[in-house]
Amino acid sequence: MDLEVLLKTLFIILVVVGAFAPVITWVERKQSAVMQDRIGANRADIAGITVLGLFHPLADVIKLLSKEDVVPEGAHRGMHLVAPLVAAIPAIIAFAVIPYGSSYRFGEDTLSLVVADIDWGLLYVFAIGSIATYGTVMAGWASNNNWSLLGALRASAQMISYEVTMGLSVVGVFMVFQTLRLTDMAHAQDTTFRLLGFLEWGGLVESLPAWLDWIRIPKWGIVLQPLGFIMFLTASMAENKRPPFDNPEAESELVAGYFTEYSGMRFGLFYMSEFIEVVVIGGLVTAIFLGGWAIPFVSQEAFIGGLGGVLGEGFATLLCMVAHVVSFFAKVVVMIYVQMLLRWTLPRFRYDQVMDLCWKILLPLSLANILVTGLVLLLVEGGAA
Amino acid sequence: MIQVLFSLFALLAVIGALAMVLNVRNTIAAALSLVVTMISLGGIFVLLEAHLVAVIQIMVYAGAIVVVFLFVVMLLNLRRDVFGPSGQRLTKALGAVAGVWLVYRLLVLLEGRLPATQPLPDGFGGYRDVGMALFTDFLLPFEVTSLLLLAAIVGAIVLAKRRLD
Repeated sequence: MDLEVLLKTLFIILVVVGAFAPVITWVERKQSAVMQDRIGANRADIAGITVLGLFHPLADVIKLLSKEDVVPEGAHRGMHLVAPLVAAIPAIIAFAVIPYGSSYRFGEDTLSLVVADIDWGLLYVFAIGSIATYGTVMAGWASNNNWSLLGALRASAQMISYEVTMGLSVVGVFMVFQTLRLTDMAHAQDTTFRLLGFLEWGGLVESLPAWLDWIRIPKWGIVLQPLGFIMFLTASMAENKRPPFDNPEAESELVAGYFTEYSGMRFGLFYMSEFIEVVVIGGLVTAIFLGGWAIPFVSQEAFIGGLGGVLGEGFATLLCMVAHVVSFFAKVVVMIYVQMLLRWTLPRFRYDQVMDLCWKILLPLSLANILVTGLVLLLVEGGAA
Repeated sequence: MIQVLFSLFALLAVIGALAMVLNVRNTIAAALSLVVTMISLGGIFVLLEAHLVAVIQIMVYAGAIVVVFLFVVMLLNLRRDVFGPSGQRLTKALGAVAGVWLVYRLLVLLEGRLPATQPLPDGFGGYRDVGMALFTDFLLPFEVTSLLLLAAIVGAIVLAKRRLD
């Protein structure tokens, strides 16, 4: 049992920190280059082989590790050294509750692909997200630099504000799926519903012709809560402090904001934790809104039932597990791509615009979303649409 | 395992609280020590199966309230000399009274015997039961509290606005 948890944790850390995050640093540069009609990073090579510049993350790590680790004069030494860790750890442990596969029966044993399957999974993510502020604040204050301090002030105000909206924007999803457990949420999305079925609720149509039953769409969070999806993505990108919400580090105003005084691998940790958070946001959005590990139109029972007769139950289950994990990470990749696209498309907002967007637009909208969701759920008795 | 975790969290909570009180020179360090205490308390609540309280402890106290403390401290750039000697005698006297009361209560607790533990009801400490209780049995207190908070927010804005105008 303990070994199983250890292996699952190791898998997540290897995939997210070891594979996704470094590759994203390359994607970020390469994608910006493509979007701006440049060639981008392509020089780092091992014996002449460059593989599109994929060795650049490796070169970066070697460079950062060999750089001098500067602690500025007058800085609070202990806090300055600890701050990057405080920023990086919440980003990594948030992935503990995100399911990257369903649960599978192999004979007597069941294997569920999530590190910690807890009843309050989504609340755990919010709690961890609220702790993430401290890394920034500590870094900014401990650096004894006014740019850093201003960056930390901006970061703390921005992150507190968007935490509220982020929480409220997914309340509609709790109401639809009637759970906070992320694994249950993914299971609830592993099905489809009739696209025109709502016509029958109000008695608009006596009964629909049978062939309309074939027009079905996956019962994903994004279909049931489209507004919630947009608001959650916006709020979580603002929480991550990446462009267009990068006011805490705004290069044109604050040099580099809260990590101005960081060098070497300590700067690298801030940099990496940002990219790890990009993956975490991708995973969360996938689990809540994009059906998690679910393959559209092919539910787990249908998959195992359909192939079990031909290949044998055990092998079909194994195949299903692999397919689900691939499906999950494919969706995560899409969400990462969307975030990168937004990052290189939109210019930075002014600070008052960031705050206005949060308190004057997203917050009232999320409250209205809760109200409308509640009304619809009451009208459609029997629960989830 | 639970014993070990409890001791760890309890130790951290006490260390954080002591560090907060003793860190008079550095307000930011004091506030961050408070965060350590808050998070340790959250851990203890998890061990007590009070999951919702644990999450709220971390989300609201550690994640929001102390961040606002830090924000204010950094904005005003408070130093030690800001806290003059005025009022310190009263604070110390009140602290002494509270300390004596705490020691007395602890002694009483040590004398007495703890009541026998009962098995927890199903779904104890989860968000479902707390939510049901809040919106049925305690609806009126819940709504009144929200009014109180609203009044506080409006009051704060009115006071701040008067300064600006």
